[in-house]
Amino acid sequence: MDFRPTGEQRLLRQSVREFAETELAPGVMVRDEAQSFPLSLLPKLGGLGLMGIQFPERYGGAALEAVDYCICIEELARVDPAIALSVAAHNGLASAHIHLFGTEAQRGRHLAPLARGRHLGAWALTESNAGSDAGSLRTTARRVEGGWRLNGSKTFTTHASLAGTFVVMAVSDAARGARGISAFIIERDTPGLVPGRKENKLGMRASDTAGLALDDCFVPADQLLGETGRGFIDAMRVLDAGRIGIAALAVGLAQGACEAARRHATQREQFGHPIASFQAIQFKLADMATRIEAARWLTYRAAWLKDRGRVTTRESAMAKLFASETAVRVAEEGVQIHGGYGFVKDYPAEKFFRDVKLTTIGEGTSEIQRLIIARQYLDADA
Amino acid sequence: MKIAVCVKQVVTREWPLRVDEARTWVEDRDASFEMNEPDAYALEEALRLREQHGGEVVVCSAGPARAAQVVREALARGADRAIRVEGGGLAAADAAMVAEALAAAMRDEQFELVLTGLQSDDQGFAQTGVVLAELLGIPHATIIMEVQVADGRLRVKRELEGGWFQWVSMPTPALLTIQSGINQLRYATLKGIMAAKRKEVRVVEAAADLVPRQEILEIRVPEKTKQTHMIAGSPSEAAAELVKVLREEARVI
Ligand SMILES: Cc1cc2nc3c(=O)[nH]c(=O)nc-3n(C[C@H](O)[C@H](O)[C@H](O)COP(=O)(O)OP(=O)(O)OC[C@H]3O[C@@H](n4cnc5c(N)ncnc54)[C@H](O)[C@@H]3O)c2cc1C
Ligand SMILES: Cc1cc2nc3c(=O)[nH]c(=O)nc-3n(C[C@H](O)[C@H](O)[C@H](O)COP(=O)(O)OP(=O)(O)OC[C@H]3O[C@@H](n4cnc5c(N)ncnc54)[C@H](O)[C@@H]3O)c2cc1C
Repeated sequence: MDFRPTGEQRLLRQSVREFAETELAPGVMVRDEAQSFPLSLLPKLGGLGLMGIQFPERYGGAALEAVDYCICIEELARVDPAIALSVAAHNGLASAHIHLFGTEAQRGRHLAPLARGRHLGAWALTESNAGSDAGSLRTTARRVEGGWRLNGSKTFTTHASLAGTFVVMAVSDAARGARGISAFIIERDTPGLVPGRKENKLGMRASDTAGLALDDCFVPADQLLGETGRGFIDAMRVLDAGRIGIAALAVGLAQGACEAARRHATQREQFGHPIASFQAIQFKLADMATRIEAARWLTYRAAWLKDRGRVTTRESAMAKLFASETAVRVAEEGVQIHGGYGFVKDYPAEKFFRDVKLTTIGEGTSEIQRLIIARQYLDADA
Repeated sequence: MKIAVCVKQVVTREWPLRVDEARTWVEDRDASFEMNEPDAYALEEALRLREQHGGEVVVCSAGPARAAQVVREALARGADRAIRVEGGGLAAADAAMVAEALAAAMRDEQFELVLTGLQSDDQGFAQTGVVLAELLGIPHATIIMEVQVADGRLRVKRELEGGWFQWVSMPTPALLTIQSGINQLRYATLKGIMAAKRKEVRVVEAAADLVPRQEILEIRVPEKTKQTHMIAGSPSEAAAELVKVLREEARVI
């Protein structure tokens, strides 16, 4: 067992941190208030390699491993969780789905521009009636001459209003339930692919989230992604890995919130002393730091297993559950330590507190993680 | 152009400095380290010169084994290969000893241009580059703000005092000590970090007979003192007295 980061991993953390502090930190609140993901960030993110972190170099990726991916997402989230969410959704959902289940031709054509950061990817599973119960989709895919016709609508799709490439799950065989769902690659500006209303959100506001309508949208046969009827099963595999990314995002967010609280506690004086000298504050900081450390290692272990080719359904769910709930707690205590200053937008605590709530909801709620863990746990003992 | 860049690993500026038990160096066992700041600008300048004129950038570093990390960083930012002179005694060595260790490893390479940082963030001698130039038998110029290369000659902008500059024309091979902040540093990209693993690093043992020219007897931390001097009298008398004190005692006006 070796818990030390490699020399490359230390350098990676240093480089992404430098990038986040220089390029992202100055605009955090501006992007949050404007609710916009500036596309001008894409060449910068892509230039560093953050738009194709784990994909092979032949597709323009940086060919890093899952643990390295966690380090990248963590460092972005420490400064701006909304940008980290966009980067994680781009890498971990749309791009990862094409990489995992696409043909060689599909990877060359659709993954390479994503991995190089030419444009954003969007991954549309959720519908208004199919959130946690993602197997009960209503969007349909009807086989027609030369391809498919898709009809229906999606909700809460990250990057729906900005993406260049979409991966959309739809029912291709209604009789077969979750085994009748297929995945499709659709390029922006395809007739019948219509981005919907942009959500006005509590947090993660700089990350675009919107609906998506499919209005008799024709998709050529060579843009079916994976096998017919395997779309849902493949999507669950994508989420196994994606959840490690959300766990890393939660760890980084918590780290940022904790550092801000520590800074404030050492600077703020009340009753003639820095509030960090009061045991009540010290115990909060001690608990926050300890839980973050535990969440980080649970996350790295899931990533480490993934790097060794293991199916990590249970470990990913545990990491995502623990890290996101830890982050919610840390962000809340961060506000508390700031007192009134945690309630206003001049200090970072307020935004961490808003952003963090997504982590217990997106890519499977905490309740769904518990269902997954319980199912694995009970099955294993049976 | 065949360019060498010398980089040093130093304790990060955020590290809370404590004097070690022997009182001759800082306690750096658990410290975090980084690339000396002016050296990072020297590296960037070298990479830009390579982009304009072609050639090769070789990063050279003398230090203990942990200095491998700054070498890796330089390679990740884009240097082509590295020469690392390893020796336990080099961590706190004086400028002459470091320059001797570097010169021995660099001499055969026949570099056309050697860049170093202006000075190091730890001891701040601003001597290593100058001594190295002497040992390599090449001319040098210090505190360089801009480098132009044409027809095998250099035109460099030196920083003087009080906002003055000086342009100097000089032949190659030459050594320049680079000032901080003269260009914009690039990030080590994810691909650069991976590519660095495959680049050549020649590790050379420092010669056993290097002798320090300087001995640190004791490190003392400046003591902070504060004295409040109340000036009494009418406003005009107090102001006159204040000016007198500032001029004659504090010597700040
Ligand atoms: C900012 C943001 C970005 C998103 N990005 C994407 C995206 O890019 N692509 C995409 O496809 N989706 C995306 N989503 C959707 C997200 O995955 C869903 O919101 C999430 O899965 C929950 O679904 P729901 O909102 O329909 O909630 P519901 O499923 O309605 O859940 C409501 C509550 O009921 C609980 N619940 C539901 N079923 C059970 C059960 N069986 N047992 C116990 N409790 C249960 C849930 O845990 C939750 O607390 C995004 C959401 C947000 C907010
Ligand atoms: C929306 C809003 C409206 C407000 N309206 C009013 C108003 O109308 N009038 C008004 O006068 N004020 C108002 N306030 C101010 C509010 O009462 C203070 O913010 C609150 O009392 C906390 O003080 P503080 O913000 O200075 O935090 P601090 O006192 O700096 O506290 C920071 C943290 O340190 C902890 N702490 C401080 N001292 C100790 C100690 N000895 N032991 C252990 N822990 C300690 C606190 O519990 C907190 O967690 C308002 C604040 C807000 C956010």
